[in-house]
Amino acid sequence: MIYFNNVTKKYPGTVSLEDINMTITQGEFVAIVGHSGAGKTTLTKLILAEEAPTDGTVFFESTDIHKLSSKDLMNFRRKVGIVFQDFRLLSNKTAYENIAFAMEAIEKDENDIAQDVPHVLELVDLTAKASHFPHQLSGGEKQRLAIARAIITQPDLIIADEPTGNLDPINTSDVVNLLKKINDLGTTVIITTHNRNVVDQIKKRVITLENGRIIRDDKEGKYML
Amino acid sequence: MFFTKLKRIIVSGYRNFSRSGFTSVASILVMTITLFVVISLIFTQAALNSSLNDIKEKVDVTVYFVSDAPEASIMDVKEALKKLPEVKEITYTSQDEALTKFKEKHSNDYLTLQALDELGSNPLGASLSIKAEDPSQYESISKYFDNESNLSRGDLTIIDKVDYSQNKVVIDKLTSIINGAKELGFAISLILVIISILITFNTIRLIIYMSREEISVMKLVGAGGRFIRGPFIVSGVLVGILAALLTTVLLFPVSIWLGNRMTDFVGINLYTYYKSNFFQLFIIMLGSGVIIGSISSIFAIHRYLRK
Repeated sequence: MIYFNNVTKKYPGTVSLEDINMTITQGEFVAIVGHSGAGKTTLTKLILAEEAPTDGTVFFESTDIHKLSSKDLMNFRRKVGIVFQDFRLLSNKTAYENIAFAMEAIEKDENDIAQDVPHVLELVDLTAKASHFPHQLSGGEKQRLAIARAIITQPDLIIADEPTGNLDPINTSDVVNLLKKINDLGTTVIITTHNRNVVDQIKKRVITLENGRIIRDDKEGKYML
Repeated sequence: MFFTKLKRIIVSGYRNFSRSGFTSVASILVMTITLFVVISLIFTQAALNSSLNDIKEKVDVTVYFVSDAPEASIMDVKEALKKLPEVKEITYTSQDEALTKFKEKHSNDYLTLQALDELGSNPLGASLSIKAEDPSQYESISKYFDNESNLSRGDLTIIDKVDYSQNKVVIDKLTSIINGAKELGFAISLILVIISILITFNTIRLIIYMSREEISVMKLVGAGGRFIRGPFIVSGVLVGILAALLTTVLLFPVSIWLGNRMTDFVGINLYTYYKSNFFQLFIIMLGSGVIIGSISSIFAIHRYLRK
């Protein structure tokens, strides 16, 4: 599904990723671990085409995502759900509207929205907070809302960049379980983290980054840093 | 789908606007100031135009005849003048009328009236006051009297004096002062209009700058450029419409106050002017508000939409 082919990303003065080769197949749950600055976030930005690689290519299926026109890029991004450490919800919209926005953006009709949004809100246990604005929600609730927004469009891939970075252990566990549940339903999930408990809880493939290089890639890994 | 999209954009724009509270109020106020400046530009031009017209109205060429000139000869001159293309209107003031006017003017001046009585006969001559189609034509009308071939021998003896050249200096000076004031006023107002448009533009830019994170989130969720841009433009248009309405309402007390205090000074009653041109002025305000609001939004959001 996703192929990194000799990818290097340099920022002025530093090398963020060096000579990355990896393949992620449909339905996998991959944890990318590493210390801060190891290149985890850069990796996700390359997958989303937010940043372009200095060298090498990133493929989604058989297309080089850094050669897409802005219209094709928009269509590509519609197949990917994203969850951030800092939630990135739309502050002017209620929980319901945040989720509905993602559906409106991909031009779903009103009936689908009215049907799917309550369903997803129930899945992430936020039905009671549907009309709350993000600033009225706790960290865990915000992250569950962000996950709800990411999955509402039924993407092929979910990328969660440090989704538990701002959460306490109980909320962390909730979020990880939610992501596992989504993965069980067939969606590919890529999660970056530096949290040992998260990795050990997932018990799936672990790719370990250090100084911009892949140093381990274990089929059923543990946190090894 | 088109109408669904349009509806979504409008609803979303309206919500952004109404939920932004203070920010929206601030941009409405800034826009209101801009519209005020635009309207004051129009008011100033109207006031100066009316003063200029007032002065133009007061200009004429008056031909005074000697006191024993026969009325028939004067009428001949009048008929001859009427044939000139530059002449718009000629008013005849007879000897008697001149005397009545003179007496009215000096009704408190006992000595003058007594002196007039002692004269026995009427010393005042009849006169023709001539209005031109255009103020620039007075020169050529007064030259008509300089050219003796235009006048018969009899005419020459009955014309006492032509007073255009005496008023000319004053009239020219006033005209040039008003024209100067008009140009200066226009330039100053234009600068103010440009400055306030820039301020409005910047205010809207700042508001959109505050939303840049949200714009990037919208892009990552897969929203198209139009779908992201739309609601911001709707908010900008709403700012324009509300500011136009606010300005329209505020202009009533302002123009009443100015009308009461400044009518003598500026030459027109601004309240009357505002009322009689209400529809056009309202359209101008609404149009400028909507255009400034939407164009600012389009420009401001442009840089955040590039990938």
